[in-house]
Amino acid sequence: MNMTEQGKQDYRLRVSAVCPQTNLLSGCAKAFLVGGSICVIGQLLLYLYQNAGMDMQTASTWVSVTLIFASAVTTGLGWYDNLGKFAGAGSIIPITGFANGVVASAIEFKKEGFILGLGSKLFTIAGPVILYGLITSSLVGVVYYLVTMLGG
Amino acid sequence: MSGRYVGSQSVLFEKPPLILQTASAGGMLEQQGPLGKALDIALSDEMNHEDSWEKAECQMVLGTIRRVIQKSGLNSDQIRYIFAGDLMNQITATGFAMRDISIPFFGVYGACSTMGESMQLAAMAVSGGFADYALAEASSHFCAAEKQFRQPLAYGGQRPLYSTRTVTGSGAVILGREGKAKAKITGITTGRVVDFGIKDANNMGASMAPAAAHTISQHLKDFEENPSAYDRIFTGDLGQYGLQLAKELIEREGFSLEDRLSDCGLVVYDRESQDVHAGGSGCGCSAITLSNYIIPALEEGKFRKVLFVPTGALLSPLSTQQGESVPGIAHALVLEAV
Repeated sequence: MNMTEQGKQDYRLRVSAVCPQTNLLSGCAKAFLVGGSICVIGQLLLYLYQNAGMDMQTASTWVSVTLIFASAVTTGLGWYDNLGKFAGAGSIIPITGFANGVVASAIEFKKEGFILGLGSKLFTIAGPVILYGLITSSLVGVVYYLVTMLGG
Repeated sequence: MSGRYVGSQSVLFEKPPLILQTASAGGMLEQQGPLGKALDIALSDEMNHEDSWEKAECQMVLGTIRRVIQKSGLNSDQIRYIFAGDLMNQITATGFAMRDISIPFFGVYGACSTMGESMQLAAMAVSGGFADYALAEASSHFCAAEKQFRQPLAYGGQRPLYSTRTVTGSGAVILGREGKAKAKITGITTGRVVDFGIKDANNMGASMAPAAAHTISQHLKDFEENPSAYDRIFTGDLGQYGLQLAKELIEREGFSLEDRLSDCGLVVYDRESQDVHAGGSGCGCSAITLSNYIIPALEEGKFRKVLFVPTGALLSPLSTQQGESVPGIAHALVLEAV
């Protein structure tokens, strides 16, 4: 068998040709459809809460709370992963995907106890998003500050 | 002398160890699959009346071993050794099950090739005269494996089309020197580790295909045979695409396979009706296929001679995170009708 570096490289090229990739176009379409629908639901909820007399800030907080709750419940019922299978990034990117990552970890690692299991593994999926989200927002804040200082 | 080594990696048994009895267990999806009806033990659900998947797998291992001993009509003290393993860290599913079994135990880890590894060792122990009877077993559990190797089950991610699904199941065989046999093991080829630099841990078929191709080609060279000597060659769990890649590599060695090469991962599930992407994987995949399909076919005379080649990907979650490629291994056993 050709076990040289060249042989291995040729093989890896052949692997890329043989193994099918998810269709980018239909994948994007599904992600847009589901992700967009989640956002539309959020928007409708916002109008609903505003009509109920909340101000913009309170209403948007309640929209987040409602979506997170809905995602947590559907994750617990085992529905959200089926949605994710269909929608891909469409259901991972919105706030509901974040909640799914946390709740899924909570369910899975509860067996190892509340401290070393659930407590330490709760953020295995969401943790990096929180960490790098905070770092990125801080950096953007610094850039914004500098730009407004220079421009202002 | 009951055996001799041939070529560079093989053993030819002059007095072939006999496969006296088999037993298997399977989860829900496996029960719905093509081999479901032949399962000795059907798990009620993935928890198997336990409170964790790990315990569920442990009970499944224990149940399968007890069932195969019971079916064989032997007393457990007649069985000299158990060679067995699973996919869990430190093979706990097997080790813990052995607390309730009094037979001396060798724990083996060959990832999804474990059934091949344990059977080869058991065959050598029996043929070498170190045991009248030896038991070989391997198991895997979908949920427990996902938890250890991938993401939490309820996480809504997508899996690539070329990924495979870990079989929830286990299979056991009892080998012996004498007795009423279902089939016999006339030779083995022990695989070497082969790594062609595939880093995608989801693409285990592509990682293991070179190892499978190497073991099969080496086997044919060691025994100076052509693939036409076999009714069928079964790789362990390469899946649809890994199988094609392995076929290409073997044919490049100058062997004509025609349609003799199959994969246990395509036998244990029906890809048309079951949502398993490229096929089945895990130790249970080749173990169930052996027990429920290959050995019955040898018994019924549907096959005369089969090469059974369980395949394993020797990765860990840590090695993947550290960016290592996935080494593969494959062990071949020649199974013949009695």
